[in-house]
Formats: sequence, C-alpha cells, structure tokens
Amino acid sequence: MGLAMTETINEFTTVFYQMHIDAGAKMMSFAGYDMPVSYPLGVKKEHLHTREKAGLFDVSHMGQVKLIGENAKKALESLVPVDIIDLPLMKQRYAMFTNDKGGVLDDLMVTNIGNDSLLLVVNAGCKQADFAYLQNAIGNECEVKVLEDYALLALQGPQAGDVLAALAPESSEMTFMTAKTLIIDGIEYLATRSGYSGEDGFEISVHNDQAQQLAKRLLAHEAVEWIGLGARDSLRLEAGLSLYGHELDTEHTPVESSLVWALSKARRSDGSRTGGYPGAMSIMSHIDNGVAQKIVGLQPEGRAPVRDGVVIVDGEDNVVGKVTSGGFGPTTGKPIAIARVESAVSDGTKKLFAMVREKKLAVEVVKLPFVKPNYYRG
Amino acid sequence: MTIKYSEDHEWVELSKDGVVTVGITEFAQEQLGDLVFIELPDVSDEVSQGDNICVIESVKAASDLIAPVSGELIEVNDRLNDEPELASEDPLAEGWFVKIQLSDTSEFDALMDGAAYQEFIEE
Repeated sequence: MGLAMTETINEFTTVFYQMHIDAGAKMMSFAGYDMPVSYPLGVKKEHLHTREKAGLFDVSHMGQVKLIGENAKKALESLVPVDIIDLPLMKQRYAMFTNDKGGVLDDLMVTNIGNDSLLLVVNAGCKQADFAYLQNAIGNECEVKVLEDYALLALQGPQAGDVLAALAPESSEMTFMTAKTLIIDGIEYLATRSGYSGEDGFEISVHNDQAQQLAKRLLAHEAVEWIGLGARDSLRLEAGLSLYGHELDTEHTPVESSLVWALSKARRSDGSRTGGYPGAMSIMSHIDNGVAQKIVGLQPEGRAPVRDGVVIVDGEDNVVGKVTSGGFGPTTGKPIAIARVESAVSDGTKKLFAMVREKKLAVEVVKLPFVKPNYYRG
Repeated sequence: MTIKYSEDHEWVELSKDGVVTVGITEFAQEQLGDLVFIELPDVSDEVSQGDNICVIESVKAASDLIAPVSGELIEVNDRLNDEPELASEDPLAEGWFVKIQLSDTSEFDALMDGAAYQEFIEE
C-alpha cells in the first residue's frame, strides 16, 4: 500500500523525546527533529479531544529568540509590515518577515516581554535562516539571543484555562494575545494566551531543565492528553490558519495570502510610519490596488479529501487556482481545504472543481475558518 | 477457508468457489491511521495482480489498495462508501474491501501464510 517504512535518524530531539516514546507516540521527521505525529489515541480522536477538553503539544522544535536592547522594537519594525514600536507591554502580535519583493520569508509571533526585550517565536523549518537574518540585519542594533535551552509547550482547548488556573491561578487574568509570567511550584514561566488550533489556550516557554516537570503537572489533569503534529495540522486547517510553505511563501505578498488584517494601519501607505520594511512598495501597492489572487476556504461536496497541490478549475476547465492545504476536518466530519484562487472566482458565485485523480469534484468557496474560533477575550 | 497475506499488507481469504475476499491487515490499519474516505472500484472490472484498485484516504494521506491477485471483481463492500471507518475499526471482518474471482490460483498460493507475514512485518 505504499506505506513509508523507512526509518530516519534525526539530528535533533526535544527535551520531551522520552516522554513521547513512553506515551506510545508514532515519531516522524519534521524540520530535522524527531517529533510525535500521533499517539495511540490517533489523529482523529486527538483532534476531537482538543476541541472538547485540552491537548498538550510539544512545539519545542520552533525557534525562540529574544531581541534585547532599547532599539530592539525599532530594529524589528524595519523587518516586518507590522507595528512593533507601539506593541504594549505583555501583548503579543502576529507578524511576518518579508523579502525585497514583498514575499514572506517566515511568519512569527512577537511578544513585548518588558525590559526592552521582545520574544519571537518562529517556524522550525525557517529558524536557522531567521536567526542568521536577524543577526545580519539588526545584530548591531540590538542583541539577538537564541533561546537554545528552552522548550515550548502549547496547551489548547476549551478546558485549557481551567487546567492552567489550577496550577497558576493568575493565568485566569490573561486574555487572547497577552503574556504573563506564571509561577508554578515556585518556578517562573512565560506564558502567552495564544495557539494554533482555533481554541482558547496557552503557549508556555520553559527552560529545558524544568520542562518535563511542567509537562507532567499538566498531563496529571484528567482533561489533558498529549496531541501530535498530525492533529495540530488538522486543527489549524479547520481554524483557517496559514501554514508557512503552504499559504505563505517567498513568491506571494501577505496581501496575496489574505493576511491584510495582520498588516498594521501605521505601516500602510496612509499610516503614521508608512513603509520602511523589505518589499514595502509591493505590499502597500497590493493593499491599495488589490491583488489577482486570494486565499479562500473550499468545501468539497463529496467525501473525497482534496489535498495540497490539487488544481482548481472552473466549469470550462480553466485553471483558476491550487489547493495550499487540504485534508479532513474531524470536527466538521468532512473534507476541507484552503486554496489560492484568482480573485475573480473568490466570491463563490462561479462553480469550481478540484481535479482529483483525473476526476472533477465539485467544491464550494466558503468563508474561513471552518470552525468558529473559541478565543478568550475576557 | 485459507487466509494469506500480501507484501502490501492485505489479507486475502479464499473460499471454496475460488473467490477471494481482500482487506487490509491490522498492521496496515495502524500505519494508515483513521480512514476518512475509500474510493471503491466498479464491480465486474478485470484486475491484474499489482493494479491499484482502491484509493484509501486517511486523515494523513492517500494510499492505494493493490490487487493481490488477478481476476474479476465480483463484489465491493459498499458500506465503505459511507462508513470508511469500518476499515479502521474492524479491518479483518466488517471492513473488507473487495471480492475477486481468481483467474490464476497459483498467484494465491504464492502469497504469504500467517507465520511468514508475521515474520515479514517484524523485519
């Protein structure tokens, strides 16, 4: 059945490696790390568990880097089309590094953690390039400190708030996209109320020395299960969230990836700090004049999943787009997909089809996300 | 009734009339994960050993069911159209895929027996 049985030996593991093995995880290579793709529960049940209770994700393969110094905010602002200078203390914002054409080098989360410091979380697959880029581009304006010894845990789901509040009552004061230093068993952790599942939840940055202890404390709660990268992907797909290398790449501006909402007013053509980041002319022109392509949700009419790379055509067989992420939504119980399509067909009035195994399967353009977000805004 | 196994992780059960029932093994089911869609072939198709006869989609990826023997497809498990999870939950019974009227019994004879298959997956 064409099952991949090759074993790969990876260079890197996270501090939770043995815990994953002990939990019966199926491991796979991801961005040079040996990571859990699923646990004995299986992708579907792990996904549903996260939507109903709380899931714990090891996302320590992601890059964590601090920018330190009084010029750190200004320096980072020169690399992203996002307002960093006015990012309030202990607030988090979504941003992306752009190239000279306005394409996306990586997307990231930025948190103002005080003391003239920013904490950045970047994608695992891009992190080495990001670290080098930051050092090169702004290393003389602020300290670029890679947090090599830190793990990252994501706790996601409607019960995440209760689970964390039981260990750190002060976490209940946090709202979506804010940060706080929590104290659990006398140890300090930096948590943000954010995630990648569409659910309420937290990401907790923890030193490797304390990481396993924290994971065990969280897993001790009856609502919490380990969740693998397989369900992480289906959760973010249902939540309509972009994945670098799929919806985002160096060939498309954030506007062409339907991320205008993330581009701060201050950095646009009529903003108070207009431009001043790589590719600004292209990006601002795309905002002002519109773009030829958009990212949309697709609801296949049948049961067959429509996966990444599948070509989208109209009724006359003209190619009008391509699927960027596709699979099955365990919560919706149906196949779901995200595609980049010509703006002209993005309103859904024209009948579209996905070319799957030489068959034309009807698909409907739908609004993202597929599942209503459940963020805690207080 | 004799059950044999293919290197593609299918079980193949021969009944007296020269008809084999084909499904996936528990090992295959574990590797594939939760199945969400199965595209079945048309009944009365002639298939040759090695042909891709069904598409099996799991939450993770698409794979193919490969004809373990040659012959005529005489029946498909229509329940899999609406309940692909049957092949995950009960792969050895309710989750069977197709029945094939054998055209060459030597192809069946050459498949692995239970002990050989066990050895095969432990390699």
